[in-house]
Amino acid sequence: MSHQLSNRGRVWFTGLTGAATAMPGDPDSVQTADGRLGEESARFLCVVPNPNARFPCARQGEVGLEEAYTLAARVREAMDEDKDSSKRPIVAIVDVKSQAYGRREETAAIYLAAAAAANAYADARLAGHPVISLVVGHAISGGFLTHGYQANRILALDDEGVMIHAMHKEAAARITRRSVEELDKLGTTIAPLSYNIKDYAKLGLLHKLLHVEDPEKPSMEEIQRVQTELIAAIFDARSKPVDLRSRLESKEALEMRKASILVRAKMEAQWREG
Amino acid sequence: MSNFQGVDFVRRRSFIELDARARAKALLDEGSDRELLGPFERIESPWLAQQGVTPQSDDGCVVMKGMIDGAAAVVVALEGAFQGGSMGEVSGTKMVAALDLAAKDCESGKQMSAILLLETGGVRLQEANLGLAVVAEIFASVLRLRRHSPVITVIAGTVGCFGGMSLTAAASSYVVMTPEARLGLNGPEVIEQESGLEEFEASDRALVWAIHGGTQRYAMGLADVLVDDDVAQVSRTVRDCVGKGPRTEHRSEQVALYRERIAKLDASQQINPVSLRTAWAEATGGREQ
Repeated sequence: MSHQLSNRGRVWFTGLTGAATAMPGDPDSVQTADGRLGEESARFLCVVPNPNARFPCARQGEVGLEEAYTLAARVREAMDEDKDSSKRPIVAIVDVKSQAYGRREETAAIYLAAAAAANAYADARLAGHPVISLVVGHAISGGFLTHGYQANRILALDDEGVMIHAMHKEAAARITRRSVEELDKLGTTIAPLSYNIKDYAKLGLLHKLLHVEDPEKPSMEEIQRVQTELIAAIFDARSKPVDLRSRLESKEALEMRKASILVRAKMEAQWREG
Repeated sequence: MSNFQGVDFVRRRSFIELDARARAKALLDEGSDRELLGPFERIESPWLAQQGVTPQSDDGCVVMKGMIDGAAAVVVALEGAFQGGSMGEVSGTKMVAALDLAAKDCESGKQMSAILLLETGGVRLQEANLGLAVVAEIFASVLRLRRHSPVITVIAGTVGCFGGMSLTAAASSYVVMTPEARLGLNGPEVIEQESGLEEFEASDRALVWAIHGGTQRYAMGLADVLVDDDVAQVSRTVRDCVGKGPRTEHRSEQVALYRERIAKLDASQQINPVSLRTAWAEATGGREQ
């Protein structure tokens, strides 16, 4: 497989924060900055490719051990700083090709690192920080579970290069014994299988799709428009419960997640019987 | 905690050989078990049949409510024999719903522990994005419940616990494993496929267990109890964990500790699992209290 390192995360991180570096002591692969969002300050976090990363399997934009623990530490830092004040929004800019697939990572329990980051994001959400994911590129599998999937609201750019999925196409085809073409064809009728972000939007998990002409080179005006959408999503998150129920209550979810809704209702009824 | 000498290999009853339903039943006080959304409800995956895969009437997830030592508990057991224990919309939502109802009970003053029997390769690829979504929801629901009551993950084998569900194991109050069980984010086959044979030779079983195996995870301080494949021992251990109550600090919250440990690793070469045990074994603040 040929991999061109994606620059999208960096472009959007810099566009939204004006910053372009990691915080002191952090690996270059995790960029964190506090930037203005309307009337307040928000914490932005982004995982970017780092060809010089210490761990060889985490050099192309994967979320590895260092990335996950750095995200966890920076999210918890914002929580600690805001303990007695207004909870600043936390924005995860997402362009992660996957989790790191390496022996070092497995040996040193990358699953715990991933859980530490997801735990930090979820705790921030529960503490009242509006947590918003802005998917500007790939959001694949454990990479997305680690960085972004615990958000109150998920926004994504409406673009061919934006992809939210459980596994990248080639591997999913191999494991389910299909060709990539067959997989693409199935995706047109079975929405959860699709690699197209428009089909993902049908599942009801997404807050909003945002159109940008060229996500690799957003204009000032487009960045401002995305900022406005982030502010609106933050407002929406603050006015609603801090759990993930919005993902089941959207009008798309009422259609596509009928089985989820049925299971919950029946389980609740039977739970009370005994 | 593991003590093979103490096991009567002839008279012991294997836990691993039980299916999900029998496992769940074995952990609950006799006569107290009641299955919710059982197979006769026929709530199947709406996505499998249209892909030519035969669905199962419980979608590979058994939810059983009952008592453990007289205390209310719910067991959620994944059936490794159905689609590798993979998480689909229905099986995953059964787990989320049970965890949320348990949390609701706790929030209204009742006590309700959850025991998760995780035998799973992770997301069911035939339900891809809905599988990944429910895995994220399960994680969130574990965080909600564990504040009030223990969430106990048991990984007995032989499937093990991989993919997104390994995060749920990491967030649990207590983790119980057998030496036959494995726990990791990426299975060896996936790593071999993605990063090459020189990175991980999946057919090297000794290597696989040296890294992912229950004995190693316990020795690293990442599993609380190592048990033998014995129904009585697994059941006693689960009772003990229920009795301990919620944990004060979870491993997945100990960011500074683990971040420092990662910083100390020599990443220029593969990490020796045995040396890692020594380095990580002591001073795991989140261990049994």
